[in-house]
Amino acid sequence: MSCFLCNSSVGKKLVMSVSGCFLVLFILFHMSMNLTAIISPAGYNTICEFLGANWYALAGTAVLAAGVLVHILYALVLTLNNYRARGSQRYAVTVQEPGVAWSSKNMLVLGFVVLAGLAIHLIHFWSKMQLVELLGGHVNALGFGPADGAALIAHTFSKWYNVLIYLVWLAALWFHLTHGVWSMFQTVGWANDTWYPRLKCLANVVATLVFLGFAAVVVVYFAKNCCCTCC
Amino acid sequence: MNFTLKIWRQKDAKSKGGFETYKVSDISEDTSFLEMLDILNNDLIHAGKEPVAFDHDCREGICGMCSLHIDGKAHGPGQGATTCQIYMRKFKDGATITIEPWRSAAFPVIKDLVVNRGAYDQILQAGGFISVRTNSVPDANAIPIPKADADEAMDAAACIGCGACAATCKNGSAMLFVAARVSSLAKLPQGRVEGARRAKAMVAKMDELGFGNCTNTGACQAECPKSISIAHIARLNREFLSAKFED
Repeated sequence: MSCFLCNSSVGKKLVMSVSGCFLVLFILFHMSMNLTAIISPAGYNTICEFLGANWYALAGTAVLAAGVLVHILYALVLTLNNYRARGSQRYAVTVQEPGVAWSSKNMLVLGFVVLAGLAIHLIHFWSKMQLVELLGGHVNALGFGPADGAALIAHTFSKWYNVLIYLVWLAALWFHLTHGVWSMFQTVGWANDTWYPRLKCLANVVATLVFLGFAAVVVVYFAKNCCCTCC
Repeated sequence: MNFTLKIWRQKDAKSKGGFETYKVSDISEDTSFLEMLDILNNDLIHAGKEPVAFDHDCREGICGMCSLHIDGKAHGPGQGATTCQIYMRKFKDGATITIEPWRSAAFPVIKDLVVNRGAYDQILQAGGFISVRTNSVPDANAIPIPKADADEAMDAAACIGCGACAATCKNGSAMLFVAARVSSLAKLPQGRVEGARRAKAMVAKMDELGFGNCTNTGACQAECPKSISIAHIARLNREFLSAKFED
């Protein structure tokens, strides 16, 4: 069985689908957690404390990192295969086929944008929270406690360029999910002509919820900071 | 109607090809695309030049021989039609038309616009059949088949193996072709028996021949002259994965 997950085209796609599904579920969990920061910064910090350098949070982080790594590695292997299969001679004239979504043809590029955003996000937050705790520190480089997530959010989104970077990142994630979510079902074979419109609608709903949920925190904290500065 | 044609010319599989420009004039709008190429070849032969090599056979959209990537689209403008079903009225008078062969690593160019689509035959030989003893024709009603299943199998069986799916796919994937063959047999009791073996063997051969992986863009179904749905790819995925998990 392990063979077909590494050697067969459909098997490799199954790994992409399952790892993608896992990442989507994590993103939905992360988004719900973030929304707490709007309602109650203190409540959000309690969650941050709960998800600090505890064994279960570290195990979760390790599994998540493995999921991200597998998704990226398989994407690179599949794309390389596809590049070879297309051949060295390309068409001189190409057109966009009707009904083909732009995102479906640019998943790798969108994936790279999402990855770059993830790297920035880890520097902004993870390196100043869980990593500080792991290294035995009690205060991060900005002078906040490692579980003071609300203060870190307020600090990060007090800068307009961070707001812009995060919104571009979330937009790339939106495009990635509009194709990725319904593709998960297609790859495992749970799709047909009746279900395509429903699955594509579900993908758009999930992608939009994720975008709005994350963007709300960014915008609300930026607006709060603007109000505080003006007052 | 008058046209300027930019056609890919390539002496043989090993030679480097390139575009050459030709003019055709006084073409009736009711001329088919292939007849227009026949007229061009007639002119070339009379001028003592090498005619353009291109694949064609039945010229009624059922054999899958004609190919051609015309102005960026497999089988040219229009949907659900092969190149032989395209008429010159689809183009504007005076237009420049670019004609290329299928581009895919698994479909090497043999000459000019002719490519070797033998890879599809090899995939079929790997499992696109049912094993039965040849004998007298069985009673057509001996095995009842639900109408919905028969319809779905026939929709998949409409595949003419022209190669437009792999030629259009940005990944050079043959999944729509393989899926159509697997699906057309999987939905019928006669083909169901060997369903698991067929899916595994055909996917393995497809991978071995260097076709790419499906990324669900749906470009194949948009360009398929028989409008075969990617729902059949979902069925192939189901067939293949359940067969592998049963091993």
